[in-house]
Amino acid sequence: MTTALYDIPGPQARRRHLLYGLLATVVILGIVAWALYLLFDTGQFTAAKWDPFAYEGIQELLLHGLGNTLKAFAYAAVLSLLLGGVLACGRLSEHAALRWAATVVVEFFRAMPVLVMIFFVFVALKVQPLPALVTGLTLYNGSVLAEVFRTGVNAVDRGQREAAYSLGMGKTQVMTHVLVPQAVRAMLPAIISQLVVALKDTSLGFLITYEEFLHAGKLIASNLDYDLPFIPVVMVISPVYIGMCMLLSWFATWVAKRQRHSLKTRKVEVAAAEPGPLLPGAGQQLQEPPSHRSGPKTS
Amino acid sequence: MRRLVAALALAALLTAGCGKEGSPPVKGPQPDQLPVYPVATGFQLPDSPTWTAAKRRGHLVVGAKEDQPYLGQKDPATGTYSGFDIEIAKMMSASLGFDPKTISFRTIASANRETALQNGQIDYYVGTYTINDLRKKQVGFAGPYYIAGQSLLVRKDEDDINGPQDLAGKRVCSAAGSTPLQRIQRDYPKAVAVAYDTYSICVDNLLSLQVDAVTTDDTILMGFAAKAPDALKVVGAPFSKEPYGIGVSRGDTALRFALDDALAAHEKNGDWKRAYDATLGLSGVPAPQPPPVDRYPAG
Amino acid sequence: MDVLIDNLSLYGEGLLGTIELTVYASLLALVLGFVMASFRVAPVGSLRVFGTVWVTVLRNTPLTLLFFAVMLGLPRFGIVLPFQLFAVLALGCYTSAFICEVLRSGINTVPTGQGEAARSLGMTFAQTLGDVVLPQAFRSVIPPVGSTLIALAKNSAIAGSFSVTELLGTYKPLNEMGYSIIWSFVWIAVGYLLVTLSISAVFNVLEKRWGIAR
Repeated sequence: MTTALYDIPGPQARRRHLLYGLLATVVILGIVAWALYLLFDTGQFTAAKWDPFAYEGIQELLLHGLGNTLKAFAYAAVLSLLLGGVLACGRLSEHAALRWAATVVVEFFRAMPVLVMIFFVFVALKVQPLPALVTGLTLYNGSVLAEVFRTGVNAVDRGQREAAYSLGMGKTQVMTHVLVPQAVRAMLPAIISQLVVALKDTSLGFLITYEEFLHAGKLIASNLDYDLPFIPVVMVISPVYIGMCMLLSWFATWVAKRQRHSLKTRKVEVAAAEPGPLLPGAGQQLQEPPSHRSGPKTS
Repeated sequence: MRRLVAALALAALLTAGCGKEGSPPVKGPQPDQLPVYPVATGFQLPDSPTWTAAKRRGHLVVGAKEDQPYLGQKDPATGTYSGFDIEIAKMMSASLGFDPKTISFRTIASANRETALQNGQIDYYVGTYTINDLRKKQVGFAGPYYIAGQSLLVRKDEDDINGPQDLAGKRVCSAAGSTPLQRIQRDYPKAVAVAYDTYSICVDNLLSLQVDAVTTDDTILMGFAAKAPDALKVVGAPFSKEPYGIGVSRGDTALRFALDDALAAHEKNGDWKRAYDATLGLSGVPAPQPPPVDRYPAG
Repeated sequence: MDVLIDNLSLYGEGLLGTIELTVYASLLALVLGFVMASFRVAPVGSLRVFGTVWVTVLRNTPLTLLFFAVMLGLPRFGIVLPFQLFAVLALGCYTSAFICEVLRSGINTVPTGQGEAARSLGMTFAQTLGDVVLPQAFRSVIPPVGSTLIALAKNSAIAGSFSVTELLGTYKPLNEMGYSIIWSFVWIAVGYLLVTLSISAVFNVLEKRWGIAR
């Protein structure tokens, strides 16, 4: 790591940094030790609390929950991509009315908490938990993806578009044969990052009694028969969630890195959706190259 | 994406096939045998849209709770429901001409009960559902089938608390935003009220000496006491009246009256007491007299 | 319209709850995010590792899981706090990871020459960062920090499901009282728009005063 913030340390500074490092390590280890002590002290590692996980019934329950989480994610991902494509077409359209309508939709759904939409669909429209969750996630992530697509297409060098038109291609042809293929490659990291958000947000299904991973965990954690193994459940569930999201995030970073070395896409660096006109900075993208941006936030 | 799938498949392979069979053992006293309810043959209820729809479907869909031991509890591993409320649901099913084994139970959170009944997600709801006038505007109530009352759960070795009058300076736990909590805060302001998200956490804190008592309907408390009869007991006379009813769709008076008749019949032939003895009765509290059914007119 | 007028105090309480959550959690997130960002660029290895782990873990944790763990888990260790405080803790820590990354990329936008110049004047790490780099970085991070805080305000809706008084939670009592659900939600949506629009207005002003286009 080279940085302009401090000089390459000399012998004295190195010793000082070593001292600081040791101190910091001691403090951090102290906090970790304290947390571990608390865990042991409150009896979180007793056999009774961990034993349930050894049974196939419990494992199946957890896997079933995980399956439901991935199912919701798969639906939401596919539908968001579709909706994003449709809305992006709307925003890029030459008809002012269409463009305007798409803009309103995109801006509204980006400004609403995703949970409000999920609850609205679930409570007011009286829909089953899974479709309610998928609808909410699709509306939000689709709107964000629409912005990603739009900026992606706009970021393709204008020469490409002009050249295509001058060859006599039609509007649709220019789009599908020239702009989109180039844009997609460059947008891939941004798209995957948004999918991480969708994956994380599937856990909102927990709040509307969708039987996903977290729900399975809660069912085990709140059972008196198993000694209420709450902390063990969190210790089992969190690594799986974090692991899944990290894999996807890393995948995004890896794609971004590969893109940067590829000649084909060097010209089309898509950072993120530009802040919309309604809410300057309503999205949560940062103005930075794709490699640094991964997994923006929920809702 | 492929890496993610591969990793998950690997995780699934690792966890599956290395577990003990079945589900973890259940704590507390077990009933020798649950009562069996003979299925009524040739029962017809053409006036009830709910019943006719269920007949076409071939089974009933019943809403219940999943986290109240001996009342309505879902076994995390096997997915089967058990408890007093579940027994009531099974009796009703038998009387309506459906084999209780075929009931498909659905967990419905308290906040969504009215919605679930209104839009026909469930045929009826049995789950500590207190009858009151506000709710009668939205749904119909068969019953009551039990009169619960707010009471106190304490540790077995606790001698100082024998009723709500002894709570001054004691830490009392209940579910956040619930009526029992509000009643304690209003009527016994000297008690230190502590609110948690669910009762199982209250019980956990009671066992680990963080709080001195848990308060809510005596039925719920009895269920917990029955799970850990060596550590917990219910004390004092109930200090409120919560008549539990079976929730049905508001317009379906035919179904409501049929359930009223069925309840009265099962109370008379002893099924009601047998069901109580096999569930809540395990807490050591003898069966009370079943309350008279309130057959209020339609409209 | 009746829903709003009849239940103005209920809505008011909810809106106030959301605003309080947002403000307190924002403050926590900004402070923690600043600390973590300085950890991540510090010359001390173990601090850098700590900052990186903090950011990586929190950014990849679903917020619902974090709420679940904090709200229901901490009491097991005898840490009993009001629900609102738990919510602020969960929201603040979660958002701090994003603030940290915003600040770090803000630092990256400051031309290298600035840091080099500061160093060549003999400034220490703290001086270089505090007196030269951060004031400049501050200008370019105003918009992304604004977006992050707007996201925080939207995320605060989750707290409603964990027994905290806030705007989304108001639909429950309204539903029980028999008001039209659709209209209750319309006003909830308006409430959230109010909050997010105010944040973006504040940050627009900030940007006009101190922001620079780079």
